[in-house]
Amino acid sequence: MQQQITLEIFRYNPDDKEGPAYKKYEVPFRKDWVILDALNHIKDRIDGTLSFRWSCRMGICGSCGMKVNGNPVLTCASFLEKLAPGPIRIEPLEYFPVIRDLVINMDDFMDNLKKVRSWIIHEKDDNLDEEYLQTPDQLSDYKQYSMCINCMLCYSACPVYGLEPGFMGPAVIALAQRYNMDSRDDGNKLRMDIMNAEGGIWHCTFVGDCSAVCPKNVDPAGAIQRYKLEGARAWWTRWLLPWGKE
Amino acid sequence: MIQKSHECDVLIIGAGGAGLRAAIVAVEHDPGLKVGIVSKVYPMRSHTVSAEGGAAAVIKDFDSFDLHAYDTISGGDWLCDQDAVEVFVSEAPREMIRLEHWGCPWSREESGKVAVRPFGGMKNKRTWYAADKTGFHLLHTLFQTTLKYDGIVRFDEWFVTSLLVDAGRCQGAVVLEMATGKIEAIRAKAVVICTGGGGKVFPYTTNAKIKTGDGMSLAYRAGVPLKDMEFVQYHPTGLPFTGILITEAARAEGGFLLNKDGYRYLQDYDLGKPEPVPVLKSMELGPRDRLSQAFMKEMEKGRTLNGNYGPYVHLDIRHLGKEIINSRLPFVRELCMKYENLDPVEDMIPVRPVVHYMMGGIHTDIEGATPLPGLFAAGECACVSINGANRLGSNSLTELLVFGARAGKSAAQYAKTRNGFSTGLKSIYGDEWNRLQKLYIKKKNGKIRIAEIRDRLHNAMEKGAGIYRSEQSLFESQKIIENLQELSHEIRISDYSSVFNTEIIDALELSCLLDIAESVIQSALCRKESRGSHQRIDFPNRDDRNYLNHSLAYKRPENFPEIRYHPVKITRWPPGERIYGR
Ligand SMILES: Cc1cc2nc3c(=O)[nH]c(=O)nc-3n(C[C@H](O)[C@H](O)[C@H](O)COP(=O)(O)OP(=O)(O)OC[C@H]3O[C@@H](n4cnc5c(N)ncnc54)[C@H](O)[C@@H]3O)c2cc1C
Ligand code: SF4
Ligand code: FES
Repeated sequence: MQQQITLEIFRYNPDDKEGPAYKKYEVPFRKDWVILDALNHIKDRIDGTLSFRWSCRMGICGSCGMKVNGNPVLTCASFLEKLAPGPIRIEPLEYFPVIRDLVINMDDFMDNLKKVRSWIIHEKDDNLDEEYLQTPDQLSDYKQYSMCINCMLCYSACPVYGLEPGFMGPAVIALAQRYNMDSRDDGNKLRMDIMNAEGGIWHCTFVGDCSAVCPKNVDPAGAIQRYKLEGARAWWTRWLLPWGKE
Repeated sequence: MIQKSHECDVLIIGAGGAGLRAAIVAVEHDPGLKVGIVSKVYPMRSHTVSAEGGAAAVIKDFDSFDLHAYDTISGGDWLCDQDAVEVFVSEAPREMIRLEHWGCPWSREESGKVAVRPFGGMKNKRTWYAADKTGFHLLHTLFQTTLKYDGIVRFDEWFVTSLLVDAGRCQGAVVLEMATGKIEAIRAKAVVICTGGGGKVFPYTTNAKIKTGDGMSLAYRAGVPLKDMEFVQYHPTGLPFTGILITEAARAEGGFLLNKDGYRYLQDYDLGKPEPVPVLKSMELGPRDRLSQAFMKEMEKGRTLNGNYGPYVHLDIRHLGKEIINSRLPFVRELCMKYENLDPVEDMIPVRPVVHYMMGGIHTDIEGATPLPGLFAAGECACVSINGANRLGSNSLTELLVFGARAGKSAAQYAKTRNGFSTGLKSIYGDEWNRLQKLYIKKKNGKIRIAEIRDRLHNAMEKGAGIYRSEQSLFESQKIIENLQELSHEIRISDYSSVFNTEIIDALELSCLLDIAESVIQSALCRKESRGSHQRIDFPNRDDRNYLNHSLAYKRPENFPEIRYHPVKITRWPPGERIYGR
């Protein structure tokens, strides 16, 4: 078995005069190491200036997404062994502004999450003596969309997000849908109006790559499709049937 | 020199479960308040995200507050403050229902009511769960709910380096903005620390990279005592290399712990008889400390297995069958397949005890107030204490909600009694700015790598302050820590960039870890008894006459902390024996 493996890492520091460059590092090739273990090895033992985000190392905090050999992945869930013999190219997620090295700026996502009202909207008052009833079936209506860890891999896989500045992107739409489908929520219409407004969802051309790269099987593409159908229905209902129930 | 000064009424440090809950309470208490949340990672990255098993609260007819209280107190080996526990159990259900109303996808019964499951150390089924991603759903629900309040302002990826304390009260914090490297002051009328635990002081741990005890250290340096730091909980079932936790639920559903001979060894340690189906509070569902201690004894007897990452035993859930594993424990299966490359439907899971939770923390009262006016704390970084000498699984997520809410409310009330700030803040900020430049940002000619000190720290803690301790082992580790503290002034910084400088962050975190280490060791040295998670081989028995007390560690310059004692509050449950499986 090989002893070492080469990583080619995208380096960029706005403080430096030189532009971005790829830098090579040799790391031990271990069967139980994921990419993130290798990055930490570099940071701790070879080059302390390498910047990247991580925390849980168990695929749940969503911080460690990067492009590995061109594919957006969670680096804590990608074994070196699967990428042997190397070299392995590591880059920041695509379509985001790069802050430094492998760290991207995700302000756009954070802003949009608020814009689409990704929280429960109740018309009734809260009675804290009792829970709302929700059967396992009702739970499973939205459960899948609630599994998003905000890792941004789907954005990196979405050519439309790269091209259309107004497009909200797959995960935000899935999260809006997560609340729409929740039996406890009354905010569907409000969210629909927001999403129907320019840019929200209509740019999506169903490339479908977002669902393919999602590490949590959220299926944002499915969420967008549903949204479009409902959105189109709402739009027609409004214009053609002004007396119709909305 | 002040680059920019921000101002809030209430400043929350930390955006995990406790911090987010505190923020919502504060802004709901008075929507006119400006509530700031500063966090070194985006809120949804906080380690609450990784909690799997569930959150305890009495909701079913067969259960009662007294039963929950008793399980908590006996589980904590009578070191819990019983007034705090009574408040905790009685406020828990409403907090959990509130979270349900905010959209938390709790698992349900067919009728649509919330489902509960059994959990280690709990005599009744009272643990609410959202499949096996409870903390993830709890955190995202809270985070998304905070988005609806315009009074909440976030400072994401800002690292707090010290508290602003002047005129005898806490008035904000000094913060490093990671994206730009700017050092700024955030002035606040009240501050709530919610920075979580410090498990990273040990080598094998379920805790994430960010769990470095920063908030405990901030308070400690500001003169606030750390309470009960000697009590460190091990989780009996972590994956050996990564420390990834295999939730207690795997045992609650019927998993067995087996030694190298395939024998359910817990029966040899006064934990009940082996039955084919799980029995509450018995065998594999005994409390965590006892299970971890049994592992050490098995190891001494040479009955554990040996792998690349030291000794381990097997957790066997194969007999549950694929269907149950997929429906009740999908995350366990996912983790094993993704990180240890094995399938628990077919293979046994290698496990070992790993550091999981710190019972100790910033000394607060039942309202979340610390002895320093204007400073409050909640969550894992705080010690009220409802956890005593050993936390019961699934109590801490609930604690985040109950005491996060209490601390948030106290802070909001306090903030309203203050107007303005003292004039000394500017120079305190200036001093901190200088300290950071000198020790970190402009540091030249350092000799030793951060990782090197961290490794030595880990070894010292594992060896001397682990599951079993003695005066000698603690002394030896203490000497090493002392030495590392000196060495830490010699750290080598190679990154001089102001933009997202994670090396500086690592260095700052390391200094916090060293504070945690010294307080754990000194508290452990002084407690000459064995209680809950604190096991001294030289003092194997519990000693209520001398140690039915909380220890309080006060920082001293150039010295180990001073330890004082503070009596445990007993209301209705006099100290008794902890009994399991009988
Ligand atoms: C793997 C695992 C499983 C668990 N399972 C369960 C369970 O099933 N049931 C249960 O009840 N408990 C469980 N626990 C325990 C429980 O999850 C934690 O105790 C709890 O989530 C801690 O929450 P917190 O809000 O106190 O802190 P955290 O969620 O850790 O958040 C800390 C916050 O502080 C911020 N912060 C820290 N330092 C700084 C700084 N210097 N500057 C700025 N911000 C800072 C961080 O960015 C973060 O936002 C589990 C723990 C682990 C590790
Ligand atoms: S939808 Fe999937 S890929 Fe996209 S952010 Fe969420 S978890 Fe990540
Ligand atoms: S480090 Fe948390 S998802 Fe990879």
